[in-house]
Amino acid sequence: MVQKLPFLKESPSQTAGPYVHIGTNPNWVEITGVWKEDLGLVLVGPETKGERIVIKGRVFDGAGDPLKDALLEIWQADAEGLYNSPQEKRGKADPNFVGWGRQPADGTTGEYRFETIKPGRVPYKDGRLMAPHITVWIVARGINTGLHTRLYFSDEEAANAECPVLARIAHKARVPTLIATRAEENGLPTYTFDIHIQGEKETVFFDI
Amino acid sequence: MSDQGSFYQRDRSWHPPAFTPSYKTSVLRSPQQPLLSLENTISELTGPVFGHDKLGPLDNDLLRNFAKTGDPIGQRIVVYGRVLDENARPVPGALLEFWQANAGGRYRHKKETYLAAIDPNFGGCGRAITDEEGRYWFRTIKPGAYPWPNGVNDWRPAHIHFSVFGHAFAQRLITQMYFEGDPMIWQDPIVATIPDKSAIEQLVAALDRQNTLPMDALAYKFDIVLRGRRSTMFENRMEGN
Ligand SMILES: [Fe+2]
Repeated sequence: MVQKLPFLKESPSQTAGPYVHIGTNPNWVEITGVWKEDLGLVLVGPETKGERIVIKGRVFDGAGDPLKDALLEIWQADAEGLYNSPQEKRGKADPNFVGWGRQPADGTTGEYRFETIKPGRVPYKDGRLMAPHITVWIVARGINTGLHTRLYFSDEEAANAECPVLARIAHKARVPTLIATRAEENGLPTYTFDIHIQGEKETVFFDI
Repeated sequence: MSDQGSFYQRDRSWHPPAFTPSYKTSVLRSPQQPLLSLENTISELTGPVFGHDKLGPLDNDLLRNFAKTGDPIGQRIVVYGRVLDENARPVPGALLEFWQANAGGRYRHKKETYLAAIDPNFGGCGRAITDEEGRYWFRTIKPGAYPWPNGVNDWRPAHIHFSVFGHAFAQRLITQMYFEGDPMIWQDPIVATIPDKSAIEQLVAALDRQNTLPMDALAYKFDIVLRGRRSTMFENRMEGN
């Protein structure tokens, strides 16, 4: 026998199931009066620094149908590229921007939508700057472990071209699955980011 | 030891794989390409913080937080435990959100169609933030088992869903808690997505007779383990070693 290592195992993941909203967005499923406002709906206030943007899209299954029960979370840096987190040691993030959001996909169309700001660039491990990006996490019935991906911006061509994370994608044809396309809608820059769980257009998901 | 190292790689053989045909919905909702391994960057090492001020006094009391005319029907229980990391250290300030069916196995959700009755006094959601020692607790009723459309006669064992935020987005986790001694655990296609029996057992809460509230509620202990980080001792190693 050898000495025992002191580590525990991570609790295994289980699907969020079809009723995840009861726990995360009870008001949205008409369980009212337990708490006033579901967490993560509003990211931006009048004091928040940075360019106002909308990100929206749908999550598609392998048959090309949108998931109407998906729940998405985003996590991003502020306009200067700082995270509002105690683990952020490089400086102090915008106190008026938490950087975390959560939205259910629409129960009829499957569309999700976040109103946020465009994040600044943050460094990779070796100090090179990554392109501006937003971490996206997707759970739903049928997804056994939450899926991590990243949203990049179509109008950041130069930064995307030198991003060390995008450079790690061996099949260059898959890079566009991470790039949200910009258009003006109702006077706001709106980025469409459709996520394909499987199939020809399968989004790149990360093991982080 | 500080919090600064990157996280231990997730043991994907301990978690359920994405493609698990006996849980039919996973078939079209599972990536087929390998996940791209990404060493943690600051984007994964950071995460949102939720202050205790975000919570109301009844958030961890499912007996009372939706009650209209009295207590919900069902076996009164207390669920408690700690959130730890893989280094067996407590994770303070972790936000836990939980949701469950009522005693008859019925969820309060507009898309739920099971014929068991809705309980007018039970919402089925709650949340808690761990204290300095990583501890949490809440009060609820024991959920019922329920049938679900997968096979023609598949039933979920009694369970409570948990969503957990640690200190970093890399630790984000959703899982489910089962109850000690429930024979339904071992015939459930969703439980069975986890390949390892001892991994399944990690999700089975222990009946704790010591902490039972006499003449009031049974107690179940459920510890949750989030990913742990490397110690910084090895972070400054010389290049090429
Ligand atoms: Fe459930």
